[in-house]
Amino acid sequence: MPPILELRNLVKHFPGQQAVRSISLSIPRGAFFSLLGPSGCGKTTTLRLIAGFEQPTSGDVLLNGEPVNHHPPYERNVSTVFQNYALFPHLTARANIEFGLKRHRVPEIERRVREAVALVGLTGKEERRPAQLSGGERQRVALARSLVLQPDVLLLDEPLAALDPKLRKQMRLELKALQRQAGITFLLVTHDQEEALSMSDQLAVMNEGLIEQTGTPEDVYLRPRTRFVAGFLGAVNWIAGAAIRPECLTVSREAPGLTATVTATVFLGDCVQILLRLSTGETAVAQLPRAAVRFQAGETVHVSWNPADELSLP
Amino acid sequence: MKLRTSFLLPAWLWLALLFLAPFAIVLAYSFLTRVYVGVAPPWTAESYQRLFDPLYLVILARSFAIALAATALCLVFAFPAALFISRAARFKTLYLQLVMLPFWTSFLVRTYAWIFLLRDTGLVNTVLQALGLIHAPLPLLYNDGAVLLGLVYGYLPFMVLPIYATLERLDPSLVEAAADLGARPLATLFRVVVPLARPGIVAGSILVFIPCLGAYLTPDLLGGGRTVLVGNLVQNQFTTARDWPFGAAVSIALMLIVTLLLIAFLRRESEPLA
Amino acid sequence: MKRWLAAYAVAFYAFLHLPLLTLALFSFNSSRFTRWEGLSLTWYAAIFRDPQILEGAWNSIVIALWATALATVLGTLCAYGLWKRNSRTLTGALYLSLVTPEIVTGVSLLALFQFAFRWLHWQLGLYTVVIAHVAFSLAYVVIVVSARLRTVSPALEEAAMDLGATPLQAFWYVTLPALAPGILAAALLALTVSFDDYVITSMVAGVDSETLPMVIYAMARRGASPVINAISALITVVFGALILISERVRKT
Repeated sequence: MPPILELRNLVKHFPGQQAVRSISLSIPRGAFFSLLGPSGCGKTTTLRLIAGFEQPTSGDVLLNGEPVNHHPPYERNVSTVFQNYALFPHLTARANIEFGLKRHRVPEIERRVREAVALVGLTGKEERRPAQLSGGERQRVALARSLVLQPDVLLLDEPLAALDPKLRKQMRLELKALQRQAGITFLLVTHDQEEALSMSDQLAVMNEGLIEQTGTPEDVYLRPRTRFVAGFLGAVNWIAGAAIRPECLTVSREAPGLTATVTATVFLGDCVQILLRLSTGETAVAQLPRAAVRFQAGETVHVSWNPADELSLP
Repeated sequence: MKLRTSFLLPAWLWLALLFLAPFAIVLAYSFLTRVYVGVAPPWTAESYQRLFDPLYLVILARSFAIALAATALCLVFAFPAALFISRAARFKTLYLQLVMLPFWTSFLVRTYAWIFLLRDTGLVNTVLQALGLIHAPLPLLYNDGAVLLGLVYGYLPFMVLPIYATLERLDPSLVEAAADLGARPLATLFRVVVPLARPGIVAGSILVFIPCLGAYLTPDLLGGGRTVLVGNLVQNQFTTARDWPFGAAVSIALMLIVTLLLIAFLRRESEPLA
Repeated sequence: MKRWLAAYAVAFYAFLHLPLLTLALFSFNSSRFTRWEGLSLTWYAAIFRDPQILEGAWNSIVIALWATALATVLGTLCAYGLWKRNSRTLTGALYLSLVTPEIVTGVSLLALFQFAFRWLHWQLGLYTVVIAHVAFSLAYVVIVVSARLRTVSPALEEAAMDLGATPLQAFWYVTLPALAPGILAAALLALTVSFDDYVITSMVAGVDSETLPMVIYAMARRGASPVINAISALITVVFGALILISERVRKT
């Protein structure tokens, strides 16, 4: 069976700009896949190429092994959850969800809508207009509107960006659960590494129109292949030529270890960050559990780590 | 993709048939020779030479003078009104709608109102005579003053709205800062508020000046045929005088002036604010 | 300064509105002179006895309805087309048509019709007036609808197509409903400018197509008459009511 979605050497030029330089990807059926990268890296363009809002300069988009490059958006069995949801303001939640079903002349519209509404937990709010719904509820309408069509792939363009931080964390879990329940392949575009790491089965890190690395969250976080990937997924300390993440550093008042001076400590709630100046002149950040020993600024300490935790970067 | 182009089809049709074609014909007429009814070859630029006849230069100069005077008066009357609305604590929308209201009522009716008020047996003269202030009616109607008044009255809203729009965007803390730095209210007004409202003043002036320059209805009704402006000249050549080539040449000259003004304005507007 | 401004504002609004208010007031005067002699509806009755006024009003209504319908449909399509693909030539021409002196528009349309009549054996009439009104009111419609379109996110049409709507369905089911208030406002504006126009109409009207403004104009050139006061008051009230109704509709 071919992968549900495949991109082959996909290229997109805009006048004066190479948005996507060359992308090849294969997304397995039923996966939660994320495209992660900074803004302007070409991830949204890639999504728009898959949805059919843009035509590739060269390369192919294959759905179920079939090239769909020349199909307009309304003839592709993929669906998009837009960043600001793009709900039709003049229609109720129900009419928004029915919209695609009516265009496709599908039978049993009422039952399908009822199921979709129940799936996203909106029962009772079907007759409200987008303006009468909260941000989280609007997102559920956008999800239901797309899921009800049972697309091969659901494309999500920064779906959590418009929510407040607390709701965002809750929606991460819900999205993940929803994906399992619906059994539909999700392709998420995000610039938030925490979001990508926490939700995805697999992710691809993009930079300047190219994919830097593809793999499971664990793979990419623990074994980044480029400096860009290492730096984008989390903070990295460069100490004596070794790359090491802040949470892998041990700070102690006793030797062994490199001598360092504490320049500041930052309380972050669930952990503590310690800013260090090493005797070599380099600076480093260590992240320790809150319960650990308290250090004062100006104190002399020793910094050590397990060589196995070093990131092997070119 | 094709659909996008076809949505522009009505616009291109309008442009070709109802905008460019009429002008092309007028342009052609302006280079033809007058015959009893209409135009005929040979081709000539004579009509344009006649534009420089002192008789017509005077008309052009007077049109400019009246349009300029109307614009200046509109500015003087509109600015304080716009300032008042922008600073009103309550009923802002109502005040704005009251300015807009005349715009929605008939221009013809608003012009006629001044005939009703200003003619010899009109309301103003009747009241003044009843009060014993005058014994014979004042000649208020059918002169340049009446035309000017009609133009100012007709186009005042066009000046108020753009000025109000810029004043509304003006950061109130700038006025406070000026006062804080020792500027008295009038100094603040002329050194801070007026300069910052310049884009609105320019837009309003263009919106008033252009229609005043080509005005036909107001000078005809309130000037009683005695105040001939460019607009009346055009109408006259196409109707009574039956000199289509000359009327066409005047129209082209007028359009040229209006187009240049519009281009100059759009250029200026697209400049980023310094 | 605040007091000065308020005092000025009173004078300003008086200048703006008193002429029309006194005009309307004297339409109820029983005397034909500008001296108050008591309430009467004589002049309103006179309107409905004057066949010229009635015919002019009927012509104006027919012309305004046709011109509004055509200009609104065409103008909305133009605005939509320009929203999809901007054209500086078209936008420039639309602005230029807004500021073209009316008399120039009038004579050039007259020249166009005369030129066309050399081959077509038609003559000036109601339909030339309708065409002329569409020609000059189109720009108003485009400006108003475009302003509304600027508030519509292009993502809405993309979302519609993403959900299976063809471009035509996306326009019909999504963009058009979102535009409805703007289209209504544009139609009302087109109706007003069409109903009110004298200068252009007088150039392109035929003998059988005298409009209400042409009748009023001819009467006004002969001097003031309380009948014109009455017509003026009626026009103002009818259009005032139309605008109030449209505001209501827009808010719901």
